[in-house]
Amino acid sequence: MERSEWPLWEIFIRSQHGLAHKHVGSLHAPDPEMAIKNARDVYTRRNEGVSIWAVRSADVTATAPGEKGPLFEPANSKIYRHPTFFPMPDEVKHI
Amino acid sequence: MTEDRRVFDYLLRLADSDLVLAQRLGEWVGHGPVLEEDIALTNVGLDLLGQARLWFAYAGEVEARFAEAGRSEDALAFLRDSGEFRNLLLVEQPNGNYADTMARQFYFDVWHQLLLVKLAHSRDPRIAEIAVKAEKEVVYHAERSADWIIRLGDGTDESHARIQAAIDDLWMYTGEMFDPDEIDTPLAEEGIGCDLRALEPAWREAVGSVLDEATLTLPGGTWMQRGGKKGVHTEHLGHMLATMQWLPRTYRGAEW
Amino acid sequence: MYAQMVDTGANKLRALEDMGPEERAFQERVDADVKIEPKDWMPEAYRKTLIRQISQHAHSEIVGMLPEGNWITRAPSLKRKAILMAKVQDEAGHGLYLYAAAETLGVSRDQLVADLHAGKAKYSSIFNYPTLTWADIGAIGWLVDGAAIMNQIPLCRCSFGPYSRAMIRVCKEESFHQRQGFDIMMTLCRGSAEQKAMAQDALNRWWWPSLMMFGPPDAVSNDELRQRFVDQTVPQADYLGITMPDPELKWNAERGHYDFGPIDWDELYNVVKGNGPCNRDRLQTRVKAWEEGAWVREAALAYAEKRAARAQKAA
Repeated sequence: MERSEWPLWEIFIRSQHGLAHKHVGSLHAPDPEMAIKNARDVYTRRNEGVSIWAVRSADVTATAPGEKGPLFEPANSKIYRHPTFFPMPDEVKHI
Repeated sequence: MTEDRRVFDYLLRLADSDLVLAQRLGEWVGHGPVLEEDIALTNVGLDLLGQARLWFAYAGEVEARFAEAGRSEDALAFLRDSGEFRNLLLVEQPNGNYADTMARQFYFDVWHQLLLVKLAHSRDPRIAEIAVKAEKEVVYHAERSADWIIRLGDGTDESHARIQAAIDDLWMYTGEMFDPDEIDTPLAEEGIGCDLRALEPAWREAVGSVLDEATLTLPGGTWMQRGGKKGVHTEHLGHMLATMQWLPRTYRGAEW
Repeated sequence: MYAQMVDTGANKLRALEDMGPEERAFQERVDADVKIEPKDWMPEAYRKTLIRQISQHAHSEIVGMLPEGNWITRAPSLKRKAILMAKVQDEAGHGLYLYAAAETLGVSRDQLVADLHAGKAKYSSIFNYPTLTWADIGAIGWLVDGAAIMNQIPLCRCSFGPYSRAMIRVCKEESFHQRQGFDIMMTLCRGSAEQKAMAQDALNRWWWPSLMMFGPPDAVSNDELRQRFVDQTVPQADYLGITMPDPELKWNAERGHYDFGPIDWDELYNVVKGNGPCNRDRLQTRVKAWEEGAWVREAALAYAEKRAARAQKAA
């Protein structure tokens, strides 16, 4: 009788352009080493990355949809965090 | 035999082992034990096929130095008969079950990497250049096949039995990898090829330590099959070539 | 490679005022083009439709590896062999992305695969046709991938985030698939008389099944896409110098489209029902690979458990 399925992993890849690791998808693997190797084979077939993170999907803590309001809406009111809050005269350059 | 002829034959050995193993891995596509593995094994096959093409391309150039013209990669791959193939007997062995495929891959990968590390310093700059590129790919192949040997060996009772059987069955095809002949020896002396005998201790050590970790036993048999380099193959190669070469041989001269 | 008759099931069946607050919020997000994510509330029918359609799409990719994989060992040049291996491998990847998208909805890949193997889940009928000659590999890329791309591009905008993201990746990777098929056809048609005959024969066998990929004429969009496919493909066949197996095919200047003959829907329904030339082979092949791989999957899992236990003991 077959045991359960290989666990699911979330794969994050940092591309050559120096941006932060980005979630690219998921895959199944029996253990961390194989997760990394499978990620290399599945998600970098076209030279997409230079660094891989694999995280067990079960270990990801995520925001619940219901929290959307309390978590993110306060940031909407702090518009002074955005540079466009401060209008600059046209004559002032390079700022 | 002139040096060019020797180098030509030597390049065919490298190309043919890559091609024949890639062809075997191609048989797995769509039939792997799990989707992730199907993709990974195909990557190894694609790497080997790419390497075969590089060796063939150079072989054709070298051939042009002593023959009327050098043959193309496809002429070399599809229009030679089994007696002219120079691959190791190991790589033509059938896929069998996944343990058979992994044991074959593991024996070959460890040797392949050791060989390419040496060839990366070949006095022939083209050989060195191809070896450097190929070695980067093969490091990964060797890691992956070792991973699987360990997981199958130290997995379940069933997987342990299967992988030990595969390791034992294929053992007699490993001796050929370290057995220099009248082509290997002069090329090694000239710094073009490499000393095959010198690869054996490192190979045994690498294979032994992985088998240890996998709770498997290194086979002790000393009788080794040989003949691949001379074109004396097992029965399996003929069948493989019949499949692989059938189309270009049926429609001679056609472009595809 | 391909999705047949997929819609997201997010059709408005009721007016907003008849909906409960959750459903209303859901519908407003869909209408505003905000993606629905796995943990968001969604109507049960939407979830079910997604699971069925995404998994059907994933199964099609995996079963679709078989007819083309059939020619990897016989590809007539090393270059073609490499391209074909890469293409079939891409299809495995696409199946994987799609299964993962379905898994975000709380169903396991094992369960989806079990449904396929039990004959409970469908996959695209096109893969129940055999690949008999090398030209079939060209025809599949040119026609089947061509039709698939038309069907798939709208799915990149699908309302369910994971499906949409998977499809964006699939479409991006697939851009070379159709071209490599046409390239094979071009080479054959410029080759010997025998090769050209091979190309014509493949077109004869794949043309009608490709048109069936757009689904039965019960939805206007199916017929529109089908017409667009015919209009773009006929000039390509003309360029190749081969002919569609349809005596009724002709340009209709008034409509600005090609008219084409009736499709044999009886054939499609029979292939869907399991009576296609390869239905049994395809499924048996998948079941065999899965069953023969069971001990390998189990071994890796057993090793991971042993290792975790050893690490715990050492700690």
